[in-house]
Amino acid sequence: MNRLVVGAGYGLKDWLAQRVTGVVMAAFTLIMFAAALGGAMSSREAWQAFMANGLIRFLSFLFIVSLCWHAWVGVRDIWMDYLNSAALRLFLHVMTLLALVGYAGWAIQIIWRL
Amino acid sequence: MPEMTKQRPKHLALHEIRLPLAGFASILHRISGAGLFLMLPLLIWLLQLSLGSTQGSVELFAAITGNWLVKLILLGLIWAFLHHFCMGIRILLIDIHVGVEREQARSSAMTVMVVSLALTAIFGLKLLGAY
Repeated sequence: MNRLVVGAGYGLKDWLAQRVTGVVMAAFTLIMFAAALGGAMSSREAWQAFMANGLIRFLSFLFIVSLCWHAWVGVRDIWMDYLNSAALRLFLHVMTLLALVGYAGWAIQIIWRL
Repeated sequence: MPEMTKQRPKHLALHEIRLPLAGFASILHRISGAGLFLMLPLLIWLLQLSLGSTQGSVELFAAITGNWLVKLILLGLIWAFLHHFCMGIRILLIDIHVGVEREQARSSAMTVMVVSLALTAIFGLKLLGAY
């Protein structure tokens, strides 16, 4: 069968990326919850010392990258599902991507200048 | 019904559609994700202020998080995060063929909604300074 399968562009790669980034964020969430129970958020000083730890900076970097990648796939799916105008869709895809890249840079410089 | 011509385009009457429970939990997954995305600048800003060491950032953080409207938004975001988190775990389990059957899928959707609301109450009371 030589049918050309073209669709909205949902792919296995995006599906997998959504799962992997989701698992990374879920694991980080549990680490942060455990840290909070351990007193890492009990005071401003404790919180800043915790976030300045090398391992936590590494993990929070992975969290930020995962979050932005995950949000890109999810928000793009929303635009693809509900917008019929290709021009508007393209515009919002670009805006979403630019916003997320900017957020990632902003958040990473916050945790890495500690 | 080969004789009948289907009406195209088909317009869905959204207010008449009765979603099954799993469908309801699913659309909440999308809504919570969209809400978290839209509020990302606020969350990153609060992270920045919480990690800032100047007197200005300390005072601004206290002023912003003390505002009742911000508290309300944060309460909504706590729910959004928890629902998205719990629903995400449900989706991962279904991916590995756990809870695919209709009855299990229905009860897991209910579990997601109950657990995320209960956790929202616990974290929300902390946000509001109840303990």
